[in-house]
Formats: sequence, structure tokens, C-alpha cells
Amino acid sequence: MKVVYQKSAGLTDVPLHYCPGCAHGIIHKLVAESLVELDVLSRAILVAPVGCAVFAYDYFNCDAQEAAHGRAPAVATGIKRVHPDAIVFTYQGDGDLASIGMGEIVHAAMRGENITVVFVNNAIYGMTGGQMAPTTLVGQQTTTSPLGRSLLGQGSPLRVCEMLATIAATAYVTRVSVHTVPRLAAAKRAIKKAFQMQIQNKGFSLVEVLSTCPTNWGMSPVEAMRWVEQTMVPVYPLGVYKDIEGGA
Amino acid sequence: MAKKLMKGNEAIAAAAINAGCRYYFGYPITPQNEVLEYLSRELPKAGGVCLQAESEVAAINMVYGAAGAGARVLTSSSSPGISLMQEGISYIAGAELPCVVVNIMRAGPGLGGVQPAQADYFQATKGGGHGDYRVLVLAPANLQEAADLTQLAFDLADRYRNPVMVLADGMIGQLMEPVELSPYRPAVRLAPKDWATTGTAASAGRRRVISSFYLYPDQLEQHVRAIYAKYAAMERDEARYELHQCDDADVVIVAYGTTSRIARSAIEKCRRLGVRVGLLRPITLYPFPFAAFEELIARPRAFLVVEMSMGQMLDDVKIAVAGRRPISFYGRTGGIVPTPDEVVKQALVLMEGTIP
Repeated sequence: MKVVYQKSAGLTDVPLHYCPGCAHGIIHKLVAESLVELDVLSRAILVAPVGCAVFAYDYFNCDAQEAAHGRAPAVATGIKRVHPDAIVFTYQGDGDLASIGMGEIVHAAMRGENITVVFVNNAIYGMTGGQMAPTTLVGQQTTTSPLGRSLLGQGSPLRVCEMLATIAATAYVTRVSVHTVPRLAAAKRAIKKAFQMQIQNKGFSLVEVLSTCPTNWGMSPVEAMRWVEQTMVPVYPLGVYKDIEGGA
Repeated sequence: MAKKLMKGNEAIAAAAINAGCRYYFGYPITPQNEVLEYLSRELPKAGGVCLQAESEVAAINMVYGAAGAGARVLTSSSSPGISLMQEGISYIAGAELPCVVVNIMRAGPGLGGVQPAQADYFQATKGGGHGDYRVLVLAPANLQEAADLTQLAFDLADRYRNPVMVLADGMIGQLMEPVELSPYRPAVRLAPKDWATTGTAASAGRRRVISSFYLYPDQLEQHVRAIYAKYAAMERDEARYELHQCDDADVVIVAYGTTSRIARSAIEKCRRLGVRVGLLRPITLYPFPFAAFEELIARPRAFLVVEMSMGQMLDDVKIAVAGRRPISFYGRTGGIVPTPDEVVKQALVLMEGTIP
């Protein structure tokens, strides 16, 4: 019998705990495949977040450190400064990166830390049960914005890529999505390129991946993918925001 | 190396380099800025990295990452900054990583002031952050000791895979004294760091994970009990103290760091007045040297605790003495350093009150 598809060697055999229709599994696969294809899995060190992906250290088949909420870029900085030849990456959600960890991500970018950040934006706090995130859309209902997020008072979505692209020392900043197969293929190319930037010592790279949360959005998996396309993408335009190799 | 006149903060920084520390992450705050400044200048020369972080919160998490990657790593701050680091210190203790944290204490609470104080004793010795954990705390009283204890701190951190704090006050950080750094030799046999994240290529393919996360209560309880077995070993093996003129003392002053120096001057004055006073100086604040009290409890009629706080170590002295002798307390706070005469007066009052 011929093997036509198999799980990436970049992932362990531990079953993922993610909800049906959540895109974390897809994004894990893209990251794992990228590390394997670039032949850097054995020198990769993951920094896992607090949030839905807290157990990422069980899933990625490489060394890992679990960070405090929001502190992954600082932890990654410590690791990378000790092991400059390691491929150090953080995997963070929107609450972790854009709320409690906003200081750490901005300053890691400002220093041009030669790390890769996979930023998963699903516009909500998933692990804690569906509270408002800094990336929640205006009008979006969550358990802490039951009337819909108000522009004034609760604020408007933070656009991380647009912000970090203004920082001189960032090398590659891009926003992708995984809601269709072509988009998924583009996301894979972006993640791979981000790791390549690190391998070539080009500096800070970040890939923001628009993701789903059917459970806390109150949608079916199919509806959730459609919501990303129709509602999230207009607020979070896909594209390359910074590429020192001239791709922007 | 010959004796060199150094500032306390610089002596600590130089001792860290001498002990093989090559990574420092910190944030400016008075009165410890010279640690960061000295290492910004000197660590790169030694092939190391000194990084000024965006905050103490970031600094301690960089320490977490570097310690987890297997490095000897240092951070330093002063009281308000150490408060900010408590989250990270809890994670470091929970993940069983070695690191050295220097606290050059200033007066609190809140923004407080920038003058010396010893009001972070509770925070340093009773856990500081959330959860069941302790930090080994070393309290130098002069600059040579500050340098020596900084080197020891790295060894103890590695031995126990636990944060070690060097707890000094702004006086120790800012004054100048001669310091000699001898060629470094580890004080204890150090095991290889076969738990550090280095990439699996360096560990024969075996994955290493640094984490303090245990979702199942039985596993977490087991983990905390294992950590506490280390604390039991520390309490058995690492308590350090100094006794000074205690053999014939009617009053024993208990003081650490800067106040122990003031106590020494007070003791001289008392003895010239014919009053026999001695000093018990804890060098480790956690583990607190309870055994020292058992050693000398039979002789003194009373204890006098002197601190630059409203009375924090006092609680541990009460536990140690356990009601067997009266305990008096004299404290100045807010950045005020007590004078020897104030301490003499307290000793004399205590003698009158307790000795017929």
C-alpha cells in the first residue's frame, strides 16, 4: 500500500485538544511542515503561550518552553540570546500577544529579535470561554461585550501587523488566513518564509493567521470559515506589511 | 586578583562575571543602576549579553528563557521592580530553573523613596509571588561578602534549580569598599543541565520541555511536594549565620545587612559602658538560621531585633525564640538608617526592663 498522506514529523502523536472547526490544528500542521521542510526541527525551540494553544509544547515535536501569559517574546529573547543558532518561535493568540503581551511583542520587534512569531487571531478569548479580545470586531458579541463591542469605551480592533510594520527593525510581517485551500497554501508559504528569514539572520518575523472559534462564536465550523472571509478579512486585510527582501 | 575599591553594585556585577554568568537582563531603577551599567560595559567584553529590557516584567521572563536554555543568568532591580518580577520568579520556581535575582532594597510601599530599606523581607523570604514556593535568600553585610555571596548564589541556584536572591539594601549597593575576586571555583558539585532546551539535535533527539503547568491536581501536588523536598534540603544544609560576641552577651541583637553593621558599632559602645551585647547575624534569610538560636538561647536574657522596616524579620525571630526570652524591636523605615546611638539606647532600655 502506498502512503499518500501522513502527519508531519514535526508533530508528536499526542491527540490535539482543539474544538471541532478550530483552525489551530491546521496552523500547527503548517508550522510543523515548514520546520521539517526547512530541516530545522532538531534545532527548533517553541515558546508556548497561555490560551488555547497552551499545550502546544505537547504537540510540536521539538524542545519547548511554556511562557507566562503574554511573555512569550521575552522568553524567546532569552533563549535566542543564549542559543543564536536555534530556531526560536513563539505561538501566540490574540489575548496573549495583543492584550497582556503587547509590551513584549512591540519591544521584541523593536529590537529586531531574530525570532519568528506565529500570531493566531480569532478575535476572541477562547480558552477562558469567549470574552472580548483586543482584536474583537466592533459590534461583535462576546461574554464581556454582550451588547456588541462598542467603538468608544470598549475600543476597536488592534491591527498588529500594520503597527509592527512601522518598526524599523522588523524583517517580515504578514497577515494570512486559512479559510480556503488557496489561502492555506499561501499561509504555508508565509510561515516558511518567516522561518527562512530567521535562518538567514534577517531579524524579527511575524505571521498573523486569521483563525476561527466556532465554539465561542456560536457557529458551525463551515459558518465560522465563512465568517472569517466575509467579516474578519475586511477589517484585517490580508497581505505583506513588511518585507525587507522587497516583497511588500 | 588584587583588592580593588568598588561600589557595591559593581562588586556584585563583577562577581557575577567572575562566576561565569554571561547573560544579564534588567531595567533601570535607583539605587541599583550601576549593575546594569557595569554589565552593559563589561559583559560584551567577556563574550556575554547584557540586554536592557522594556520592563522588569520582560526582564525576568528573558531570565526564564535564558535559564531554561541552560545559561547562568542574572537580573537585578530594586523594590518596586522586584514586585513586578514576582510573577516571573514564581514561574521560574515552578519550572525549577536556576537564576540569580539581586534586590537592592529601597523604601516602600508604593513608589516609596530611593533611600535604603529592609522592608522587602516578607516578600523575599515568604514566597513573594503566587503559589507554594520559596526563594533562597542571601543577605550580605559588606561588599566582599556581597561579591562572595553573589558567586555562591549561582552555585546554589544550579544545585537546587531554584531562584536565589541576593538581598541587599541601597547602602550596600552604593557604598565603596575594597573587594577581592578570587579565581572562581564552584562551591558545590554541579550536575550537567540535561533538562535545558537546546534543540533536540543537542540531546540525542530527546525532547525537553520547560513548564510549570500541571492541569491535574494530583500531578501538581506531586510536583509541589518534590519542590518542597528541595526546600527541606536547603533548610537542613544551607542556613548560614554569624555570631559576634554572643558568648557572654546578656542581650543579643538580631540584624542582617546594613543594620548588622550599625549593631556592631552599637555593641562596641555598649561594651565600653559595661553592658554585654552580642550579635546574631543571619546570612541566609531563607532558610532562616533557627539552629543558631538553639545554640545560644541559654545565655542571653533578651533579644533585640533591629531592622530598617517596621518589623518583618521580627516574625522569624519570634518563631525561633518561641516565647523563651523577651524580644524587643527597633526599626526605622522610609529610608532612614538608624544610628548606633539609637541602638545603644534601645539595648540599655531593654537591659533595665528585663535585668534586675
